[in-house]
Amino acid sequence: MSDHDVCDLPGIVARWHHDPANLVQILRDVQESCGTIPSDTLDQLAKLLNVPRVRIEATASFYSFFHAESHGAYEILFSDNVIDQMAGKAELKQYLCERLWLEPRKLSEDGLVYVDDTADIGLADQAPAMLVNGFAVPALDKARLDLVAELIRVRKPLAEWPPMLFEIPDNIRQPGPLTGEAFAPGAALKATLSRGTDATLAEIDSANLRGRGGAGFKTATKWASCRKAEGEAHYVVCNADEGEPGTFKDRVLLNSHADLVFEGMTVCARVIGARQGLLYLRGEYRNLLEKLESVLATRREKGLLGRNILGYVDADGDFDFDIEIHLGAGAYICGEESALIESLEGKPGKPRNRPPFPDRCGYRNQPTVVNNVETFACAAKIAERGGAWFAAMGTPQSAGSKLISVSGDCQRPGIYEYSFGVTVRQILIDCGAEDAHAVQVSGPSGTCISFREFDRRIAFEDLATAGAFMVFSRERDMFEVARNFTHFFAHESCGFCTPCRVGTSLLRNTMDKLAAGKGSAYDMNEMKNIMHILRGMAHCGLGHTAANPVVQTMEKFPEAYERRLKRLDFEPAFDLDGALQTARLITGRDDEWAHLADE
Amino acid sequence: MLDGKTIPFEEGETIMEAAAAAGVYIPHLCHHPEFKPHGSCKLCTVSIGGRLGAACTNQAAEGVKVESETAALNADRLALTQMLFVEGNHVCPSCEKSGNCQLQAVAYHLGMLTPHFTHFYPARDVDASHPDVLLERNRCILCELCVRASRDVDGKNIFGIGGRGIKARLIVNSASGRLADTNLSVRDRAAEVCPTGAIILKRHGFTVPIGRRLYDHHDIAEVPVAGLKEPMRD
Repeated sequence: MSDHDVCDLPGIVARWHHDPANLVQILRDVQESCGTIPSDTLDQLAKLLNVPRVRIEATASFYSFFHAESHGAYEILFSDNVIDQMAGKAELKQYLCERLWLEPRKLSEDGLVYVDDTADIGLADQAPAMLVNGFAVPALDKARLDLVAELIRVRKPLAEWPPMLFEIPDNIRQPGPLTGEAFAPGAALKATLSRGTDATLAEIDSANLRGRGGAGFKTATKWASCRKAEGEAHYVVCNADEGEPGTFKDRVLLNSHADLVFEGMTVCARVIGARQGLLYLRGEYRNLLEKLESVLATRREKGLLGRNILGYVDADGDFDFDIEIHLGAGAYICGEESALIESLEGKPGKPRNRPPFPDRCGYRNQPTVVNNVETFACAAKIAERGGAWFAAMGTPQSAGSKLISVSGDCQRPGIYEYSFGVTVRQILIDCGAEDAHAVQVSGPSGTCISFREFDRRIAFEDLATAGAFMVFSRERDMFEVARNFTHFFAHESCGFCTPCRVGTSLLRNTMDKLAAGKGSAYDMNEMKNIMHILRGMAHCGLGHTAANPVVQTMEKFPEAYERRLKRLDFEPAFDLDGALQTARLITGRDDEWAHLADE
Repeated sequence: MLDGKTIPFEEGETIMEAAAAAGVYIPHLCHHPEFKPHGSCKLCTVSIGGRLGAACTNQAAEGVKVESETAALNADRLALTQMLFVEGNHVCPSCEKSGNCQLQAVAYHLGMLTPHFTHFYPARDVDASHPDVLLERNRCILCELCVRASRDVDGKNIFGIGGRGIKARLIVNSASGRLADTNLSVRDRAAEVCPTGAIILKRHGFTVPIGRRLYDHHDIAEVPVAGLKEPMRD
């Protein structure tokens, strides 16, 4: 949290072992210490790392948080999820810009401050929120922004800002086995070592634990397959790139239950025979980094990480395992496991061609387990308390508990831990959302359900979810919700495959056309066709699901679209009268004859 | 089984490779038999036992029913081709590559009559700095064939893809960003592998007049890779 210094490039590169695979981390450190990544830095890095400049530029230009031009001493990014918008983000952003005498996306005249938007930053329960030089400030209102403007005006270094601006409560409204029970660090590891790896894997299997990132792949199957795969080394990777708008459960788990997560990773390491683990923490959670590093340090002191864990020696040798934290840099796609691995290897986060899957060919092309934060937390609990205990919760196909991140139109947004099988209606009652009209389950890539479907259940066999639960009341315009999500996907598409690169932008443009009152039934059909192509032909899950919000809201809330359609057959995208605007400005005319007649 | 015909394959071969060896054309743009499969243009998407996947990156397997020449798949391929046209600035009548261009030839093959989607009209840079090679980014379809050729064949790493999403763009390996400041040679594989007119040799305009060029007389299904000496069947 310092002001920008002169950049110690050789020092940064040395800290990351001169390894080009750590390029994203190197660029992050350059960006954080210098405030920019200028073009000549890319040349110097190319020399220091001995890789072609073009590869460094490819990575540097892929991630949203890297930029070559200066954003001043203070870079302010407003979270732009629909939940932030509902909480008054646009007005507050304008308010701050006026206080600071600047325009968004333009460095202030004095070169001091820059204001822009960014994708959801994982604080939907405390919206609207923003990042200042990468550090999250939640629960914005005019009073807090007055304070921020004043601190900037007097050029107070970020490290000296009042800590209360950065306080982020967990908001655990309904605790459960993961969030409500005390956990003694080492308990799961001791149980694992005394039980043995085969038996531990059998417990994970009988627990019927399935991946908590949303896809629900069986964890024991993944671990067993990775364990069997041959390689020079095995790796454990924890996916903490919690980028799905409306999801913030991993933020809470890492803030208050990091030991549980790290212990789950260590149990996995023991089972698959890994010596190194990596936690890929989304850049937006930069504020958690020091805390997590200190949890790791404590675990090393206690003999729960590092060499000879718990002094254990057996026929397989010592139990050595350590965990390194890597930070993301503003790219939702890195939540996709193979894109995440690419990013860990210093490349742009573009999903790989699969198969092979990471369990056989992952980080550094070695067998790798990639699991979600919550999955590792569950694994630790199962290792400690056994598979039967876990499988007794939830439904037959969806065992255990699930953390739900509730936000939007309700009285008590925050974290709710339920056994799988809970109905949407129950969650709505618990969070105080009497007026709910729609819920977006599992974020933009998930499922939009209307008030007619509130008896559906949170479970892999019904509503699979990574945890987001965004509530919309009767007053909300579901068209605008979907439009926000199309902008999100167009911004986050990695650009690798044709259907997603072009299709997400076509969808966004068509939704904007409708919003401008220029839509017709033709555009509705066009969007359905683009959805069909995205679902069938896109390279990864981002593209497959990118049209879901549009298609589902079209189906469930047709009135939100119909009242926007100008004609029912066709309306061109090109605005003939709008094209004359420049001519009107030049001639200073705005009379009736300077406009085309509406036919 | 491809479209009802049994096709032989060797262990480890992709569907695209097996099909090509049997003389069956599957539309594609980013695939080239000499280079590592890429799987980005998605034109070669086929139905593999009912599941859609790229023929260039999925391995052929025994007893699997693959469908390629269906009306539905060709309609989707047409839409993908139209997407490639509208995201760039492709002006065939004034392009030196016309007649030898695989994008144009695929469009002919799929019966494309209009771009269908609204044009993006992106502002893209043209780089004429190199003495022998013109870089016309308006025509780039991001297939990364030049990237692969320069890296894997020429050993030079001259090209790369910068940016993200619809803003992805072809970048070159020089601090100035100019092609002239790279060590690209006119003899590099990367200088001649481009399927469109994005990377084009200078001083070769109209050596072969329009009307007498490859795809003026052959459907791309007959000559899927420009530069192969003989059409595959005639």
